[in-house]
Amino acid sequence: MDQYVIGVIVSNVSGVLSRVSGMFTRRGFNIDCLTVGETESSGFSRITVAFHGDDDIKERIVQQLQKLHDVREVEVLSRTETVVRELLLIKIRNKADSRQDIMTAVEIFRSKIVDYSPTALICELTGETSKIDAFIELLKPYGIMEMCRTGIVAIERGDNCLKTVK
Amino acid sequence: MLISGAKIVVETLIEQGCSTVFGYPGGQVINLFDELYLCRDRIDHVLTAHEQGAAHAADGYARATGKVGVVIATSGPGATNLVTGIATAYLDSVPLIAITGNVPCGLIGRDSFQEVDIVGITMPITKHNFIVKDINELADTLRTAFKIAKSGRPGPVLVDIPKDVQVAKCEFEPKTQPVIPYPIPFAPDDKLEKAADMINAAERPYIYFGGGIISGKASEELITLAEKIDAPMGCSLMGLSAVPCDHPLFLGMQGMHGHYASSVAEDEADLVIALGARFSDRATGNKNRFSKNFRIIHIDIDGAELHKNISADLAIKGDIKDSVSRLTELVGEKKRPQWEERISQLRQEELQRTENALRSGKAAQHQLRPYDIVDIISAYADDAVIATDVGQHQMWTAQRYPLKKPRTFITSGGLGTMGFGMGAAIGASIASGKRAVLFTGDGSFGMDLNELATAVSRNIPLVVVIFNNNSLGMVRQWQTLFFDGHYSNTVLDRSTDFVKLAEAFGAKGARASSKEELEKAAAEAFAVSGPFVIDCTVDCDEFVLPMLPPGGSIDDIITEIK
Repeated sequence: MDQYVIGVIVSNVSGVLSRVSGMFTRRGFNIDCLTVGETESSGFSRITVAFHGDDDIKERIVQQLQKLHDVREVEVLSRTETVVRELLLIKIRNKADSRQDIMTAVEIFRSKIVDYSPTALICELTGETSKIDAFIELLKPYGIMEMCRTGIVAIERGDNCLKTVK
Repeated sequence: MLISGAKIVVETLIEQGCSTVFGYPGGQVINLFDELYLCRDRIDHVLTAHEQGAAHAADGYARATGKVGVVIATSGPGATNLVTGIATAYLDSVPLIAITGNVPCGLIGRDSFQEVDIVGITMPITKHNFIVKDINELADTLRTAFKIAKSGRPGPVLVDIPKDVQVAKCEFEPKTQPVIPYPIPFAPDDKLEKAADMINAAERPYIYFGGGIISGKASEELITLAEKIDAPMGCSLMGLSAVPCDHPLFLGMQGMHGHYASSVAEDEADLVIALGARFSDRATGNKNRFSKNFRIIHIDIDGAELHKNISADLAIKGDIKDSVSRLTELVGEKKRPQWEERISQLRQEELQRTENALRSGKAAQHQLRPYDIVDIISAYADDAVIATDVGQHQMWTAQRYPLKKPRTFITSGGLGTMGFGMGAAIGASIASGKRAVLFTGDGSFGMDLNELATAVSRNIPLVVVIFNNNSLGMVRQWQTLFFDGHYSNTVLDRSTDFVKLAEAFGAKGARASSKEELEKAAAEAFAVSGPFVIDCTVDCDEFVLPMLPPGGSIDDIITEIK
């Protein structure tokens, strides 16, 4: 099964997130992650959904999304021509014997330390999902206290745009 | 002019061409009902016995006419009582507007008295729903609701209106015309051409149509196509009445309880042309086996139906009436004598089987057989609208009733809602101005007999025909076939006297346990102007046949019970 990323432009109205996520539940489609945020036009929000499935499931999801009244546009983003990013905040135990290793990892991954206390430090990292995964894997031995990732946002390269007004 | 939200609702309904609404009052819609009272010469409100009955009545109203049905209920339990009715309409693509009151905006979210989140509850069973918190948006929201309900593949829309919005006032400007639906997608030429090529190349085409033919008003186009390509037609339960049952190319319903000839012909076809149908599991049985022998062209207005249940070799999204008529122009006229011969062979076989089944079986000769009931009633029913509840009686009616015109068969297909019939029949009768006949069972009728009160107070010309076998026959049939005769909770040891019950409600009734008694009862029932209940005694071991077992296929067809 492949991972697909779909961009969805929706009217910025109350309940729209429930409608979109509810469709996935109702139809039995599993979501890997779903993010929602503002767009360049105030009346619209952009939802990015990632899921694993085959071509058939992808097509059904697109068709079902297009039927929702609040959905303006749906596009399956090209696997190769899309910039995909995710943000991670991760809190690790601040111990003398591991601090230097963490610092090295932070530097190599181009992460940033955004909070530093005697007992804990918080790293911020942006990147593709695989990079975030690798970073987390690397930090596991040092004691992850808590972490939080945003889920992906994605946008296609070049002229291709998801328009908020048809 | 400044008018109240309640008045805006009523004025907008009238503006949208709505002359009848169904409903039940309550605390959070008193204002709305006050306006209905004041406007009673312009819009008729039909009070039912239960909100569910009102929802089904609005649904039956819509199915019988194609117009949008409207139901009104109060907040909380009033709203939740609509849920089954809304889901029924959703599964069968019926245009329906449900208007619910709700507690004032300031009380929402505080578990106030009779407060529920009906918008949340109905999200997966409506095309869309709204809660209107700003009176300035009320009229346009209702207009949009009508637009959504009747556009494309129709369906239900709910509009929840908090009480303070009904009380508030704002400017209202009525529109001169009802909203027009969103534009319909037209099928692309190249795909229709490809479809025509497939049809021209086919030796044994079979048309499988569904309710889309009725809602898309495409009956004539369908028949023209079938005649031009000499293809037999079969349909889903929802497709019934789209084509006159006596049309020489019509084989009847296919699928789980479909006609033998129809299901077998479909299986032997080399091309199935699916029109306005969705390949429900009741129509296909085992999906892997179902389409083993044929290719599929699937045309539907809802793109989400294409490849959803069955992968089609050619899937076309488009308005059904337009698509079928353009397709008809593209295909070559052709006679298929070999296929015709095979079809008439299958028809003969089917006739033989039916005859045999009617003559034999467990029920003794003098007892009423299910098909006898349908035959006798249909001889009296003339151009009545036929409604059913859900169960064995529904299938017997679907198999046997000689339907002639679209929108004369009102049945809950997708959701299979027992308790649908009374409300739906009342709504259909009011909508069409005709007599309604409800075929029901003692189980189903037990769920909706309260609506006899509505039928009596409105003097609805309604003949209720109960197939009374003292059991939940369809489940019992499954228990006989698949559960070693463990009749768990399907034997209804009730001593309900349906004739007395009818009389207690102020209706008339009669009992029939033989053909002669039924003839007599029917003659009386169709002569009275109001509701009449005929309680027909049916043996509890009558089966609906043929039957494709659930998840089975045409290879497993059961045509007789030994």
